[in-house]
Amino acid sequence: MHIFTNPNYNFLRWRWHAVALSWIVIIAGLGLIYTRGLAKGIEFAGGTSVIMQFDRTPSVDTVRNALNANYAGGGQDAVVQSYGDETQRQVMVRVPQVGAEEGAALGATAQAVEAALRKGNLGNFSVVGTEIVGPAVGEELTEKGIWAFVLSLVGILAYIAFRFEFAFALGAVVATVHDVLVTLAFLTFFGYDMTLNVIAAILTVTGYSTNDTIVIFDRVRENMRKMRRDSLGGVINTSINQTLGRTVITAGTALLSAIALFLFGGEVLHGFAFTMIVGIVTGTYSSVFVAAAIVTFWHRKAQSKAVASPAAAPATTPARRAKSARNVRAS
Amino acid sequence: MNKNIRWKVFTTLAVLVVFSAVGVYPIVASQYGITSPSWLMAKQLKLGLDLKGGVHLVLRVQTDDAIRLEGEQEMERLREALRTRNIPITSLTMPSISTIRVEGVPAPQDAAFREAAVDLAVNFDRSPGTNGSYTFTMKPNIAILLRQESVVSARQTIERRVNELGVAEPSIAQQGAAGDQILVQLPGVTDVEHAKEIIRSTGLLELKIVEMGPAANREDLMQNGQVPEGMDIVPGAADSTGGGTVYYMVRKAAAVSGRDLTNARPSVDQNNLPAVSFMLSGEGARKFGAVTEANIGRRLAIILDNRVTSAPTIQSRITDNGQITGVTPDEVSDLALILKSGALPATLTYLEERTIGPSLGADSIRSGIEASVVGLVLIVAFMLVYYKLSGVNAVVALIFNLIILLGLMAYIGAVMTLPGIAGFVLTMGIGVDSNVLIFERIKEELEAQHGVRAAVNAGFSRVFLTLLDTHISALIAALFLIQFGTGPIRGFAYTLIIGLASNLFTSTFVSKTLFELALGRQQRQATALSI
Repeated sequence: MHIFTNPNYNFLRWRWHAVALSWIVIIAGLGLIYTRGLAKGIEFAGGTSVIMQFDRTPSVDTVRNALNANYAGGGQDAVVQSYGDETQRQVMVRVPQVGAEEGAALGATAQAVEAALRKGNLGNFSVVGTEIVGPAVGEELTEKGIWAFVLSLVGILAYIAFRFEFAFALGAVVATVHDVLVTLAFLTFFGYDMTLNVIAAILTVTGYSTNDTIVIFDRVRENMRKMRRDSLGGVINTSINQTLGRTVITAGTALLSAIALFLFGGEVLHGFAFTMIVGIVTGTYSSVFVAAAIVTFWHRKAQSKAVASPAAAPATTPARRAKSARNVRAS
Repeated sequence: MNKNIRWKVFTTLAVLVVFSAVGVYPIVASQYGITSPSWLMAKQLKLGLDLKGGVHLVLRVQTDDAIRLEGEQEMERLREALRTRNIPITSLTMPSISTIRVEGVPAPQDAAFREAAVDLAVNFDRSPGTNGSYTFTMKPNIAILLRQESVVSARQTIERRVNELGVAEPSIAQQGAAGDQILVQLPGVTDVEHAKEIIRSTGLLELKIVEMGPAANREDLMQNGQVPEGMDIVPGAADSTGGGTVYYMVRKAAAVSGRDLTNARPSVDQNNLPAVSFMLSGEGARKFGAVTEANIGRRLAIILDNRVTSAPTIQSRITDNGQITGVTPDEVSDLALILKSGALPATLTYLEERTIGPSLGADSIRSGIEASVVGLVLIVAFMLVYYKLSGVNAVVALIFNLIILLGLMAYIGAVMTLPGIAGFVLTMGIGVDSNVLIFERIKEELEAQHGVRAAVNAGFSRVFLTLLDTHISALIAALFLIQFGTGPIRGFAYTLIIGLASNLFTSTFVSKTLFELALGRQQRQATALSI
């Protein structure tokens, strides 16, 4: 069975459309983040969340009213939502930080929320989970998260530069950054909070995206030896077409498991699964359009530079070719 | 079957048996209550707090406390040394937690002062000022050492307390960029407030001689509106039930402190009220004996966490035991536990607190397993439809992969968390990638008409390097995830890393062996491949 029979699409012809599309999504996303701010989950924003299981699920409004009436901070800043499967009759209430909550007072807000709802006549309920995060935690996590991302990019850049050549490494890294920005944009469009799980998913997307890019690059490296007369663009296009079946099937199976997580994985994994779904789609798209486009762009620039200084021209291109051929043999 | 294939099949089966025994069997056995030898059950896959339920706390050790305490002790020691040498000074203060300032050292006694401060100069840098003043600043390396020690000793104290509480498999670790945070995970515990109280209580016991008091107001004890040097005013309960507040002026230097304690246990006092009895070590008993002998008829304040719990009059020389009265019945056993586990070197503040009820954890497991099963079924169905008989090969490799993953995780003691389950599902999704890559390559090679056997061999060998590259780059990302992660995220990263390793094995070795077995059966001339 074949999904594509001898595909021969000219992917590179569409690369400028792709660039435009990517920029539109990224700029729209960044604009929205800039104006509305990135919605932070409790791990980053700090605050208190209480998950309660009711005998009979109260409506979100009655919970909010109870908070308005009996909770000192009122209900206007509280996030009230049903939690998990409906049959579980669970409600999550999240309230922002009150003052510099640290030390012994850390649990006070959770107790105040519980007391307010007990007063509100919402029927019998029990607290099944609480989460209280002080103000210092978020900053450290943000810092660590950014470092983890940057360092993993540098690590991947170094590895690909070592195994292939610099233009490929650059292509892969640009594609990965692209995927993270697009994923952030979609998270903002759909109003997901940045939680630790979402960060984990984003870091996984970086791994997945490079994985996908490397498969195509690997074929490019192989074809560069076989198709010495073709232009780099031609080689890349052929390679993308040859691996197209695999690209689509892999993205498909990975998507299947991410969708299963999204539908059946429960409340906690919702954001995670959504991020993975977006990441898999954009990761596949970027390996075909972004990563390959960067490689051709970089080579063209290198060549035009070589033309500008004719003395260097004969030396550069063959050297580059020879180097990549050597890499193949060495591996 | 040639020798080579026989060896491969043997390896494959051996791996399957070992990992099933380590990883899968204990789960099945405990699920259905099958009694098994303990060596087989020893390596169970551990569930993280988010699946099992429990309390997760992050505390910060206020390491400044340790620095201040050291400074205060050194200052008191210097005061004592100056007193014995009769060197008059105008003031001895601590302008900050790590500096001690002396003013008004008489010029003729300057050399004598330096002599007296020789002990202080070991850990403090001395810089002379004008008019016989000196500033002593704690050496930076000493300060760093003190901070580190205070975190380590706080962690050890918390460990002792948690063990006394009887929590099964607690996890206590240092973390944070500055290394001053302590993560405490108590699976199965749901009474957060009680756990928090026990962990956080400083538990500093001090016995000090009362110089004045009790008095109703702090001001009544002051002289010229100031606390006399070398003295402290400490509040305490007015009666034995703990009501009201009175103040005592006590000597700053403690006669005996919690460090001299060897044991503490609940007991009753002479009025049959709850109390905590404690025993002193040899050195503590000697000091205590000397102090009580010299102060018969005066009051001795028993101070816990800077509050006088009682101040009985010393009737006679006491050596190796004492009693804390004025405790409520509820507090008795906790107090004994806290005293026995030793005092915290610094105060603790809570940064983060998370309670997961057991039902919430069970829900998470259920939905996690549901998602895994659905994902698995979808992928298996697709592979069988698309790759036909070769799809069976991929499915076998996938199941192998999961068994190895479970087994390895159980063996290295990795913790299964909810994001870990997500990692599991993703490993399946991405794991199939390797098979797809190989199969698609085999299809291409088949079209090039080199024969089935050659196509299979070429498919595997050409794709191997690609697989290596993709797995290593994914590994790089996962390694940084571990650096970054807290509990659940780490669980995810571990699953991913183990998944990558086992996937490389199953997709290249196991899958290839299966192909060779299938081709070997078709005699020499394999002409068609169901792919």
